[in-house]
Amino acid sequence: MEWFADPENARPLGLLIFFITFCLIVFWVYGSRKRGAKLEEYKNIPFLDDDEVKKDKSNG
Amino acid sequence: MSATNQAAAEQYDYDIIKKFSIMAVVWAVVGMFVGVYIASELAWPFLNFDSPYFSFGRFRPVHTGAVIFGFGGSALFATSYYVVQRTCQTRLFAPGLATFTFWGWQAIIVMAATSYVLGYSQGREYAEMEWPIDILIEIVWVSYLAVYVGTLMRRKQAHIYVANWFYLSFILATALLHTFNNLAVPVSMFTLKSYSLFSGTQDAMTQWWYGHNAVGFFLTAAFLGMMYYFVPKHAGRPVYSYRLSIVHFWALSFMYMWVGTHHLHWTALPDWASTLGATFSIMLLLPSWGGMINGIMTLSGAWDKLRTDPIMRFMIVALSFYGMSTFEGPLMSLKDVNALSHYTDWTVGHVHSGALGWVAMISFGSLYHMIPRLWKTEMFSVKLINMHFWLATIGTLLYITAMWISGISQGLMWRAFDDFGNLQYSFVESVAAMHPFYAMRAIGGMFFLTGMLLMAYNVYQTIRQGVRAEVASARAAAATA
Repeated sequence: MEWFADPENARPLGLLIFFITFCLIVFWVYGSRKRGAKLEEYKNIPFLDDDEVKKDKSNG
Repeated sequence: MSATNQAAAEQYDYDIIKKFSIMAVVWAVVGMFVGVYIASELAWPFLNFDSPYFSFGRFRPVHTGAVIFGFGGSALFATSYYVVQRTCQTRLFAPGLATFTFWGWQAIIVMAATSYVLGYSQGREYAEMEWPIDILIEIVWVSYLAVYVGTLMRRKQAHIYVANWFYLSFILATALLHTFNNLAVPVSMFTLKSYSLFSGTQDAMTQWWYGHNAVGFFLTAAFLGMMYYFVPKHAGRPVYSYRLSIVHFWALSFMYMWVGTHHLHWTALPDWASTLGATFSIMLLLPSWGGMINGIMTLSGAWDKLRTDPIMRFMIVALSFYGMSTFEGPLMSLKDVNALSHYTDWTVGHVHSGALGWVAMISFGSLYHMIPRLWKTEMFSVKLINMHFWLATIGTLLYITAMWISGISQGLMWRAFDDFGNLQYSFVESVAAMHPFYAMRAIGGMFFLTGMLLMAYNVYQTIRQGVRAEVASARAAAATA
Protein backbone atom coordinates (compact mmCIF):
# COMPACT_ATOMS: atom_id res chain seq x y z
CA MET A 1 0.00 0.00 0.00
CA GLU A 2 2.86 2.34 0.79
CA TRP A 3 4.10 1.97 -2.77
CA PHE A 4 0.70 3.17 -4.08
CA ALA A 5 0.59 6.06 -1.60
CA ASP A 6 3.85 7.50 -2.91
CA PRO A 7 2.97 10.20 -5.49
CA GLU A 8 6.07 9.31 -7.50
CA ASN A 9 4.54 5.86 -8.12
CA ALA A 10 0.86 6.75 -8.09
CA ARG A 11 1.16 9.46 -10.80
CA PRO A 12 2.66 7.30 -13.58
CA LEU A 13 0.47 4.37 -12.54
CA GLY A 14 -2.65 6.55 -12.80
CA LEU A 15 -1.49 7.81 -16.18
CA LEU A 16 -0.95 4.25 -17.43
CA ILE A 17 -4.35 3.05 -16.19
CA PHE A 18 -6.23 5.97 -17.79
CA PHE A 19 -4.24 5.82 -21.01
CA ILE A 20 -4.67 2.06 -21.44
CA THR A 21 -8.39 2.30 -20.65
CA PHE A 22 -8.77 5.04 -23.25
CA CYS A 23 -6.85 3.00 -25.85
CA LEU A 24 -9.11 0.02 -25.14
CA ILE A 25 -12.20 2.20 -25.65
CA VAL A 26 -10.86 3.46 -28.99
CA PHE A 27 -10.05 -0.13 -29.99
CA TRP A 28 -13.54 -1.25 -28.95
CA VAL A 29 -15.09 1.52 -31.05
CA TYR A 30 -12.99 1.17 -34.20
CA GLY A 31 -11.56 -2.36 -33.86
CA SER A 32 -14.35 -4.31 -35.52
CA ARG A 33 -16.28 -3.44 -38.68
CA LYS A 34 -19.32 -5.41 -37.51
CA ARG A 35 -19.40 -3.70 -34.11
CA GLY A 36 -18.82 -0.35 -35.85
CA ALA A 37 -21.87 -0.88 -38.06
CA LYS A 38 -23.96 -1.79 -35.00
CA LEU A 39 -22.77 1.30 -33.13
CA GLU A 40 -23.57 3.51 -36.11
CA GLU A 41 -27.14 2.20 -36.10
CA TYR A 42 -27.69 3.84 -32.72
CA LYS A 43 -27.46 7.24 -34.33
CA ASN A 44 -31.07 6.76 -35.49
CA ILE A 45 -32.50 6.56 -31.95
CA PRO A 46 -33.67 10.21 -31.92
CA PHE A 47 -35.79 9.50 -35.01
CA LEU A 48 -37.60 6.46 -33.68
CA ASP A 49 -40.41 8.48 -32.14
CA ASP A 50 -40.79 11.24 -34.69
CA ASP A 51 -43.91 13.32 -34.31
CA GLU A 52 -45.41 15.26 -37.12
CA VAL A 53 -44.92 18.96 -36.69
CA LYS A 54 -45.79 21.17 -39.61
CA LYS A 55 -42.69 21.68 -41.71
CA ASP A 56 -42.18 25.40 -41.87
CA LYS A 57 -38.86 27.23 -41.84
CA SER A 58 -38.69 27.05 -38.06
CA ASN A 59 -39.03 23.29 -38.03
CA GLY A 60 -36.07 22.11 -39.98
CA MET B 1 -52.87 18.36 -34.28
CA SER B 2 -51.78 14.99 -35.66
CA ALA B 3 -52.54 11.72 -33.95
CA THR B 4 -48.85 10.96 -33.36
CA ASN B 5 -48.33 14.39 -31.85
CA GLN B 6 -51.24 13.82 -29.48
CA ALA B 7 -49.74 10.47 -28.56
CA ALA B 8 -46.34 12.04 -27.90
CA ALA B 9 -47.91 14.56 -25.55
CA GLU B 10 -49.57 11.77 -23.60
CA GLN B 11 -46.57 9.49 -23.70
CA TYR B 12 -44.16 12.03 -22.20
CA ASP B 13 -44.17 14.34 -19.20
CA TYR B 14 -44.02 17.77 -20.84
CA ASP B 15 -45.29 19.96 -17.96
CA ILE B 16 -41.98 20.07 -16.13
CA ILE B 17 -40.15 20.81 -19.40
CA LYS B 18 -42.52 23.68 -20.17
CA LYS B 19 -41.86 25.21 -16.74
CA PHE B 20 -38.09 24.99 -17.09
CA SER B 21 -38.22 26.33 -20.67
CA ILE B 22 -40.18 29.41 -19.62
CA MET B 23 -37.82 30.07 -16.72
CA ALA B 24 -34.79 29.64 -19.00
CA VAL B 25 -36.12 32.52 -21.09
CA VAL B 26 -36.99 34.62 -18.02
CA TRP B 27 -33.54 34.13 -16.43
CA ALA B 28 -31.85 34.84 -19.75
CA VAL B 29 -33.56 38.23 -19.91
CA VAL B 30 -32.79 39.03 -16.26
CA GLY B 31 -29.19 37.77 -16.35
CA MET B 32 -28.33 39.45 -19.64
CA PHE B 33 -29.91 42.73 -18.47
CA VAL B 34 -27.73 42.66 -15.34
CA GLY B 35 -24.75 41.79 -17.57
CA VAL B 36 -25.35 44.83 -19.75
CA TYR B 37 -25.78 46.95 -16.63
CA ILE B 38 -22.46 45.90 -15.08
CA ALA B 39 -20.69 46.26 -18.44
CA SER B 40 -22.11 49.81 -18.54
CA GLU B 41 -20.91 50.42 -14.97
CA LEU B 42 -17.36 49.70 -16.11
CA ALA B 43 -17.73 52.11 -19.04
CA TRP B 44 -19.74 54.76 -17.17
CA PRO B 45 -18.99 54.38 -13.43
CA PHE B 46 -21.68 56.87 -12.28
CA LEU B 47 -24.09 53.91 -12.70
CA ASN B 48 -22.74 52.56 -9.38
CA PHE B 49 -24.63 55.50 -7.76
CA ASP B 50 -22.18 55.33 -4.84
CA SER B 51 -24.35 52.60 -3.36
CA PRO B 52 -23.12 49.15 -2.37
CA TYR B 53 -26.41 47.67 -3.58
CA PHE B 54 -25.70 48.81 -7.16
CA SER B 55 -21.98 48.14 -7.12
CA PHE B 56 -20.22 46.01 -9.73
CA GLY B 57 -18.90 43.67 -7.04
CA ARG B 58 -22.39 42.69 -5.88
CA PHE B 59 -24.06 42.66 -9.30
CA ARG B 60 -21.39 40.60 -11.03
CA PRO B 61 -22.29 37.31 -9.30
CA VAL B 62 -25.97 38.16 -9.83
CA HIS B 63 -25.20 38.26 -13.56
CA THR B 64 -23.10 35.07 -13.64
CA GLY B 65 -25.55 33.22 -11.37
CA ALA B 66 -28.59 34.24 -13.43
CA VAL B 67 -27.08 33.40 -16.82
CA ILE B 68 -25.14 30.24 -15.89
CA PHE B 69 -27.44 28.63 -13.35
CA GLY B 70 -30.72 30.45 -14.09
CA PHE B 71 -30.70 30.45 -17.89
CA GLY B 72 -28.15 27.70 -18.62
CA GLY B 73 -29.28 25.49 -15.74
CA SER B 74 -33.00 25.79 -16.55
CA ALA B 75 -32.30 25.17 -20.27
CA LEU B 76 -30.33 22.05 -19.31
CA PHE B 77 -33.03 20.75 -16.96
CA ALA B 78 -35.63 21.34 -19.69
CA THR B 79 -33.69 19.78 -22.56
CA SER B 80 -32.31 16.87 -20.52
CA TYR B 81 -35.81 15.91 -19.32
CA TYR B 82 -36.99 16.17 -22.94
CA VAL B 83 -34.09 14.22 -24.46
CA VAL B 84 -34.03 11.45 -21.85
CA GLN B 85 -37.75 10.79 -22.28
CA ARG B 86 -37.72 10.86 -26.06
CA THR B 87 -34.58 8.78 -26.56
CA CYS B 88 -35.61 6.23 -23.91
CA GLN B 89 -39.25 6.38 -25.05
CA THR B 90 -40.54 6.46 -21.53
CA ARG B 91 -42.01 8.96 -19.08
CA LEU B 92 -39.97 10.66 -16.37
CA PHE B 93 -39.27 8.66 -13.24
CA ALA B 94 -40.74 10.23 -10.07
CA PRO B 95 -42.55 13.27 -11.55
CA GLY B 96 -43.06 14.68 -8.03
CA LEU B 97 -39.30 14.72 -7.50
CA ALA B 98 -38.87 16.36 -10.90
CA THR B 99 -41.29 19.11 -9.83
CA PHE B 100 -39.23 19.53 -6.67
CA THR B 101 -36.11 20.06 -8.81
CA PHE B 102 -37.95 22.88 -10.58
CA TRP B 103 -39.06 24.77 -7.47
CA GLY B 104 -35.84 24.01 -5.63
CA TRP B 105 -33.68 25.26 -8.50
CA GLN B 106 -35.69 28.47 -8.93
CA ALA B 107 -35.54 29.11 -5.17
CA ILE B 108 -31.74 28.68 -5.29
CA ILE B 109 -31.34 31.26 -8.07
CA VAL B 110 -33.58 33.81 -6.30
CA MET B 111 -31.97 33.29 -2.88
CA ALA B 112 -28.46 33.45 -4.34
CA ALA B 113 -29.15 36.71 -6.21
CA THR B 114 -30.80 38.28 -3.17
CA SER B 115 -27.91 37.30 -0.90
CA TYR B 116 -25.32 38.78 -3.31
CA VAL B 117 -27.12 42.13 -3.47
CA LEU B 118 -27.26 42.15 0.36
CA GLY B 119 -23.51 41.54 0.46
CA TYR B 120 -23.34 37.83 1.29
CA SER B 121 -20.79 35.91 -0.76
CA GLN B 122 -18.27 33.21 0.08
CA GLY B 123 -16.01 34.69 -2.58
CA ARG B 124 -15.53 31.56 -4.68
CA GLU B 125 -15.98 32.24 -8.37
CA TYR B 126 -19.21 30.78 -9.84
CA ALA B 127 -19.87 29.33 -6.36
CA GLU B 128 -20.55 32.47 -4.36
CA MET B 129 -23.59 30.99 -2.60
CA GLU B 130 -23.31 30.74 1.18
CA TRP B 131 -23.54 27.37 2.90
CA PRO B 132 -27.34 27.02 3.45
CA ILE B 133 -27.89 27.59 -0.29
CA ASP B 134 -25.10 25.11 -1.06
CA ILE B 135 -26.93 22.46 0.97
CA LEU B 136 -30.15 23.12 -0.95
CA ILE B 137 -28.21 22.78 -4.23
CA GLU B 138 -26.90 19.42 -3.03
CA ILE B 139 -30.43 18.17 -2.26
CA VAL B 140 -31.87 19.41 -5.58
CA TRP B 141 -28.96 17.96 -7.52
CA VAL B 142 -29.24 14.51 -5.96
CA SER B 143 -32.98 14.59 -6.75
CA TYR B 144 -32.11 15.49 -10.37
CA LEU B 145 -29.68 12.56 -10.52
CA ALA B 146 -32.37 10.23 -9.13
CA VAL B 147 -34.95 11.40 -11.69
CA TYR B 148 -32.48 11.10 -14.54
CA VAL B 149 -31.04 7.71 -13.63
CA GLY B 150 -34.51 6.39 -12.76
CA THR B 151 -35.75 7.42 -16.21
CA LEU B 152 -32.76 5.79 -17.90
CA MET B 153 -33.44 2.58 -15.97
CA ARG B 154 -37.03 2.32 -17.20
CA ARG B 155 -36.06 2.95 -20.86
CA LYS B 156 -37.65 0.97 -23.67
CA GLN B 157 -34.51 1.23 -25.81
CA ALA B 158 -31.70 -1.24 -25.12
CA HIS B 159 -29.02 1.35 -25.94
CA ILE B 160 -28.62 4.66 -24.10
CA TYR B 161 -28.27 7.37 -26.77
CA VAL B 162 -24.99 9.32 -26.53
CA ALA B 163 -26.64 12.66 -25.63
CA ASN B 164 -27.68 11.06 -22.35
CA TRP B 165 -24.07 10.10 -21.60
CA PHE B 166 -23.10 13.74 -21.81
CA TYR B 167 -26.03 14.85 -19.63
CA LEU B 168 -25.28 12.16 -17.06
CA SER B 169 -21.58 13.03 -16.89
CA PHE B 170 -22.59 16.66 -16.34
CA ILE B 171 -24.91 15.70 -13.48
CA LEU B 172 -22.35 13.42 -11.82
CA ALA B 173 -19.38 15.76 -12.27
CA THR B 174 -21.34 18.80 -11.04
CA ALA B 175 -22.33 16.87 -7.88
CA LEU B 176 -18.70 15.99 -7.24
CA LEU B 177 -17.39 19.48 -7.96
CA HIS B 178 -20.05 21.27 -5.93
CA THR B 179 -19.52 19.02 -2.91
CA PHE B 180 -15.75 19.32 -2.66
CA ASN B 181 -15.49 22.99 -3.62
CA ASN B 182 -17.96 23.95 -0.91
CA LEU B 183 -16.59 21.97 2.03
CA ALA B 184 -16.72 24.59 4.76
CA VAL B 185 -17.33 25.07 8.46
CA PRO B 186 -20.13 27.55 9.29
CA VAL B 187 -19.28 30.16 11.92
CA SER B 188 -22.49 29.20 13.72
CA MET B 189 -25.87 27.65 12.93
CA PHE B 190 -27.52 31.06 12.62
CA THR B 191 -25.08 32.87 10.39
CA LEU B 192 -24.51 32.73 6.67
CA LYS B 193 -20.75 32.99 7.05
CA SER B 194 -18.49 29.98 6.88
CA TYR B 195 -14.80 29.17 6.47
CA SER B 196 -13.47 26.95 3.69
CA LEU B 197 -11.87 23.67 4.66
CA PHE B 198 -8.95 24.57 2.40
CA SER B 199 -6.51 27.43 2.65
CA GLY B 200 -3.78 29.09 0.63
CA THR B 201 -2.66 27.40 -2.57
CA GLN B 202 -4.80 24.31 -1.90
CA ASP B 203 -7.83 26.57 -1.68
CA ALA B 204 -6.95 28.25 -4.98
CA MET B 205 -6.41 24.85 -6.59
CA THR B 206 -9.73 23.52 -5.31
CA GLN B 207 -11.49 26.62 -6.58
CA TRP B 208 -10.05 26.30 -10.07
CA TRP B 209 -10.50 22.56 -10.12
CA TYR B 210 -14.16 23.46 -9.58
CA GLY B 211 -14.10 26.58 -11.78
CA HIS B 212 -12.71 25.01 -14.90
CA ASN B 213 -14.68 21.81 -14.55
CA ALA B 214 -17.83 23.89 -14.14
CA VAL B 215 -16.90 25.17 -17.60
CA GLY B 216 -16.00 21.64 -18.73
CA PHE B 217 -18.98 19.71 -17.46
CA PHE B 218 -21.71 22.30 -16.85
CA LEU B 219 -21.05 24.61 -19.80
CA THR B 220 -19.52 22.11 -22.26
CA ALA B 221 -20.45 18.45 -21.71
CA ALA B 222 -24.07 19.24 -20.90
CA PHE B 223 -24.52 21.52 -23.91
CA LEU B 224 -22.84 18.87 -26.07
CA GLY B 225 -25.61 16.55 -24.91
CA MET B 226 -28.04 19.19 -26.16
CA MET B 227 -26.10 19.39 -29.44
CA TYR B 228 -26.04 15.61 -30.00
CA TYR B 229 -29.82 15.47 -29.84
CA PHE B 230 -31.08 18.75 -31.26
CA VAL B 231 -28.67 19.24 -34.20
CA PRO B 232 -29.44 15.84 -35.79
CA LYS B 233 -33.12 16.14 -34.90
CA HIS B 234 -33.51 19.60 -36.36
CA ALA B 235 -31.43 18.81 -39.43
CA GLY B 236 -33.55 15.70 -39.95
CA ARG B 237 -30.49 13.52 -40.38
CA PRO B 238 -28.50 11.43 -37.90
CA VAL B 239 -25.26 12.59 -36.38
CA TYR B 240 -22.28 12.35 -38.77
CA SER B 241 -20.43 9.60 -36.84
CA TYR B 242 -21.77 7.83 -33.78
CA ARG B 243 -18.41 6.22 -33.13
CA LEU B 244 -16.73 9.62 -33.12
CA SER B 245 -19.29 10.82 -30.56
CA ILE B 246 -18.29 7.92 -28.26
CA VAL B 247 -14.58 8.76 -28.52
CA HIS B 248 -15.47 12.45 -28.08
CA PHE B 249 -17.28 11.65 -24.85
CA TRP B 250 -14.57 9.51 -23.28
CA ALA B 251 -11.69 11.74 -24.35
CA LEU B 252 -13.46 14.77 -22.91
CA SER B 253 -14.27 12.94 -19.67
CA PHE B 254 -10.69 11.69 -19.23
CA MET B 255 -9.03 15.03 -19.93
CA TYR B 256 -11.18 17.85 -18.56
CA MET B 257 -10.62 17.10 -14.87
CA TRP B 258 -6.88 17.84 -15.18
CA VAL B 259 -6.86 21.28 -16.75
CA GLY B 260 -8.02 23.61 -13.92
CA THR B 261 -4.50 24.46 -12.85
CA HIS B 262 -3.90 26.46 -16.03
CA HIS B 263 -5.80 29.24 -14.22
CA LEU B 264 -2.96 29.43 -11.73
CA HIS B 265 0.16 29.76 -13.89
CA TRP B 266 2.93 31.89 -12.37
CA THR B 267 1.58 31.57 -8.84
CA ALA B 268 2.65 29.63 -5.73
CA LEU B 269 1.30 26.48 -7.37
CA PRO B 270 3.97 23.80 -7.98
CA ASP B 271 5.36 24.05 -11.49
CA TRP B 272 4.54 20.42 -12.35
CA ALA B 273 0.85 20.98 -11.59
CA SER B 274 0.84 24.06 -13.78
CA THR B 275 2.53 22.17 -16.64
CA LEU B 276 0.13 19.26 -16.25
CA GLY B 277 -2.82 21.66 -16.65
CA ALA B 278 -1.32 23.20 -19.78
CA THR B 279 -0.49 19.80 -21.32
CA PHE B 280 -3.99 18.43 -20.85
CA SER B 281 -5.45 21.70 -22.15
CA ILE B 282 -3.54 21.27 -25.41
CA MET B 283 -4.61 17.63 -25.65
CA LEU B 284 -8.24 18.69 -25.14
CA LEU B 285 -8.15 20.43 -28.50
CA LEU B 286 -8.47 17.05 -30.24
CA PRO B 287 -11.74 15.81 -28.70
CA SER B 288 -13.19 19.33 -28.75
CA TRP B 289 -12.58 19.71 -32.47
CA GLY B 290 -13.62 16.11 -33.11
CA GLY B 291 -16.96 16.92 -31.51
CA MET B 292 -17.33 20.20 -33.36
CA ILE B 293 -16.61 18.52 -36.72
CA ASN B 294 -19.04 15.73 -35.86
CA GLY B 295 -21.76 18.30 -35.16
CA ILE B 296 -21.12 20.47 -38.19
CA MET B 297 -20.72 17.51 -40.59
CA THR B 298 -24.16 16.29 -39.52
CA LEU B 299 -25.41 18.93 -41.93
CA SER B 300 -23.31 17.45 -44.74
CA GLY B 301 -25.45 17.29 -47.88
CA ALA B 302 -28.01 19.71 -46.48
CA TRP B 303 -26.04 22.92 -46.25
CA ASP B 304 -28.90 24.79 -47.94
CA LYS B 305 -30.73 24.65 -44.59
CA LEU B 306 -28.34 27.32 -43.38
CA ARG B 307 -29.80 29.73 -45.91
CA THR B 308 -33.41 29.03 -45.08
CA ASP B 309 -33.53 27.99 -41.45
CA PRO B 310 -32.45 30.46 -38.73
CA ILE B 311 -32.63 27.76 -36.02
CA MET B 312 -30.13 25.63 -37.92
CA ARG B 313 -27.99 28.73 -38.30
CA PHE B 314 -28.04 29.25 -34.51
CA MET B 315 -26.85 25.67 -34.00
CA ILE B 316 -24.09 25.70 -36.59
CA VAL B 317 -22.78 29.12 -35.55
CA ALA B 318 -22.82 27.84 -31.95
CA LEU B 319 -20.63 24.91 -33.01
CA SER B 320 -18.30 27.29 -34.85
CA PHE B 321 -17.92 29.38 -31.69
CA TYR B 322 -17.37 26.15 -29.74
CA GLY B 323 -14.51 25.33 -32.12
CA MET B 324 -13.12 28.83 -31.87
CA SER B 325 -13.19 29.06 -28.09
CA THR B 326 -11.79 25.54 -27.66
CA PHE B 327 -8.87 26.60 -29.84
CA GLU B 328 -8.40 29.85 -27.94
CA GLY B 329 -8.54 28.11 -24.52
CA PRO B 330 -5.57 25.78 -25.09
CA LEU B 331 -3.67 28.68 -26.64
CA MET B 332 -4.25 30.79 -23.51
CA SER B 333 -3.24 27.89 -21.28
CA LEU B 334 0.33 27.99 -22.62
CA LYS B 335 2.45 29.59 -19.93
CA ASP B 336 4.00 32.23 -22.19
CA VAL B 337 0.66 33.28 -23.69
CA ASN B 338 -0.89 33.21 -20.23
CA ALA B 339 1.79 35.59 -18.95
CA LEU B 340 0.28 38.14 -21.32
CA SER B 341 -3.40 37.20 -21.14
CA HIS B 342 -3.96 36.42 -17.46
CA TYR B 343 -5.77 39.05 -15.33
CA THR B 344 -6.68 40.94 -18.54
CA ASP B 345 -9.93 41.35 -20.45
CA TRP B 346 -8.78 38.74 -22.96
CA THR B 347 -9.95 36.12 -20.43
CA VAL B 348 -13.33 37.85 -20.16
CA GLY B 349 -13.60 37.86 -23.97
CA HIS B 350 -12.66 34.17 -24.13
CA VAL B 351 -15.29 33.23 -21.57
CA HIS B 352 -17.93 35.17 -23.47
CA SER B 353 -17.06 33.70 -26.86
CA GLY B 354 -17.89 30.37 -25.22
CA ALA B 355 -20.82 31.63 -23.16
CA LEU B 356 -22.55 33.80 -25.77
CA GLY B 357 -21.36 32.10 -28.93
CA TRP B 358 -21.58 28.46 -27.85
CA VAL B 359 -23.73 28.01 -24.73
CA ALA B 360 -26.38 30.67 -25.39
CA MET B 361 -26.68 30.04 -29.12
CA ILE B 362 -27.00 26.25 -28.89
CA SER B 363 -29.60 26.83 -26.15
CA PHE B 364 -31.52 29.31 -28.33
CA GLY B 365 -31.51 26.84 -31.23
CA SER B 366 -32.63 23.97 -29.01
CA LEU B 367 -35.35 26.01 -27.29
CA TYR B 368 -36.66 27.27 -30.65
CA HIS B 369 -36.83 23.64 -31.79
CA MET B 370 -38.42 22.33 -28.60
CA ILE B 371 -40.91 25.01 -27.58
CA PRO B 372 -43.30 24.65 -30.57
CA ARG B 373 -43.31 20.89 -30.01
CA LEU B 374 -44.11 21.25 -26.32
CA TRP B 375 -47.09 23.48 -27.02
CA LYS B 376 -48.02 21.60 -30.22
CA THR B 377 -47.80 24.61 -32.46
CA GLU B 378 -45.21 26.37 -34.60
CA MET B 379 -43.05 29.38 -33.79
CA PHE B 380 -45.02 32.63 -33.88
CA SER B 381 -42.49 34.40 -36.13
CA VAL B 382 -39.56 33.00 -38.09
CA LYS B 383 -38.60 36.55 -39.03
CA LEU B 384 -38.06 37.37 -35.34
CA ILE B 385 -35.84 34.28 -34.95
CA ASN B 386 -33.81 35.51 -37.90
CA MET B 387 -33.49 38.98 -36.34
CA HIS B 388 -32.52 37.40 -33.05
CA PHE B 389 -29.82 35.41 -34.80
CA TRP B 390 -28.21 38.47 -36.37
CA LEU B 391 -28.46 40.57 -33.19
CA ALA B 392 -26.88 37.75 -31.17
CA THR B 393 -24.09 37.20 -33.71
CA ILE B 394 -23.25 40.90 -34.06
CA GLY B 395 -23.43 41.35 -30.27
CA THR B 396 -21.08 38.43 -29.65
CA LEU B 397 -18.58 39.62 -32.26
CA LEU B 398 -18.61 43.18 -30.89
CA TYR B 399 -18.12 41.84 -27.37
CA ILE B 400 -15.21 39.52 -28.07
CA THR B 401 -13.44 41.89 -30.46
CA ALA B 402 -13.59 44.66 -27.84
CA MET B 403 -12.19 42.32 -25.19
CA TRP B 404 -9.41 41.03 -27.43
CA ILE B 405 -8.17 44.54 -28.16
CA SER B 406 -8.65 45.66 -24.59
CA GLY B 407 -7.06 42.54 -23.07
CA ILE B 408 -3.99 42.42 -25.29
CA SER B 409 -3.48 46.20 -24.84
CA GLN B 410 -3.73 45.78 -21.06
CA GLY B 411 -1.22 42.92 -21.07
CA LEU B 412 1.24 44.88 -23.20
CA MET B 413 0.85 48.08 -21.16
CA TRP B 414 1.36 46.28 -17.83
CA ARG B 415 4.60 44.65 -18.97
CA ALA B 416 6.08 47.70 -20.77
CA PHE B 417 9.26 49.17 -19.24
CA ASP B 418 10.97 52.47 -20.05
CA ASP B 419 14.70 52.89 -20.70
CA PHE B 420 15.40 53.10 -16.94
CA GLY B 421 13.66 49.82 -16.14
CA ASN B 422 10.60 51.48 -14.59
CA LEU B 423 7.04 50.58 -15.54
CA GLN B 424 6.12 52.70 -18.54
CA TYR B 425 2.43 53.06 -17.66
CA SER B 426 0.62 53.50 -14.37
CA PHE B 427 -2.36 51.20 -13.78
CA VAL B 428 -4.81 54.08 -14.13
CA GLU B 429 -3.39 54.90 -17.58
CA SER B 430 -4.22 51.35 -18.69
CA VAL B 431 -7.75 51.78 -17.30
CA ALA B 432 -8.21 55.03 -19.24
CA ALA B 433 -6.97 53.34 -22.44
CA MET B 434 -9.64 50.64 -22.03
CA HIS B 435 -12.58 53.05 -21.94
CA PRO B 436 -13.60 52.92 -25.64
CA PHE B 437 -13.51 49.11 -25.57
CA TYR B 438 -15.61 48.95 -22.42
CA ALA B 439 -18.22 51.10 -24.16
CA MET B 440 -17.98 48.82 -27.23
CA ARG B 441 -18.45 45.75 -25.02
CA ALA B 442 -21.53 47.28 -23.38
CA ILE B 443 -22.99 48.02 -26.85
CA GLY B 444 -22.29 44.42 -27.91
CA GLY B 445 -24.16 43.27 -24.81
CA MET B 446 -27.08 45.56 -25.71
CA PHE B 447 -27.31 43.91 -29.13
CA PHE B 448 -27.35 40.48 -27.49
CA LEU B 449 -29.96 41.55 -24.93
CA THR B 450 -32.19 43.07 -27.64
CA GLY B 451 -32.11 39.74 -29.48
CA MET B 452 -33.04 38.00 -26.23
CA LEU B 453 -36.02 40.33 -25.73
CA LEU B 454 -37.22 39.46 -29.25
CA MET B 455 -36.95 35.78 -28.33
CA ALA B 456 -38.93 36.30 -25.12
CA TYR B 457 -41.70 38.06 -27.09
CA ASN B 458 -41.65 35.36 -29.79
CA VAL B 459 -41.81 32.57 -27.21
CA TYR B 460 -44.64 34.34 -25.33
CA GLN B 461 -46.70 34.65 -28.52
CA THR B 462 -45.93 31.05 -29.50
CA ILE B 463 -47.12 29.74 -26.14
CA ARG B 464 -50.23 31.93 -26.31
CA GLN B 465 -50.96 30.62 -29.79
CA GLY B 466 -50.48 27.02 -28.60
CA VAL B 467 -52.71 27.47 -25.55
CA ARG B 468 -55.46 29.10 -27.66
CA ALA B 469 -55.35 26.27 -30.19
CA GLU B 470 -55.58 23.72 -27.41
CA VAL B 471 -58.59 25.46 -25.84
CA ALA B 472 -60.28 25.69 -29.26
CA SER B 473 -59.67 22.01 -29.99
CA ALA B 474 -60.98 21.03 -26.52
CA ARG B 475 -64.13 23.10 -27.17
CA ALA B 476 -64.59 21.51 -30.59
CA ALA B 477 -64.15 18.05 -29.10
CA ALA B 478 -66.71 18.85 -26.38
CA ALA B 479 -69.17 20.16 -28.98
CA THR B 480 -68.93 17.00 -31.08
CA ALA B 481 -69.15 14.69 -28.05
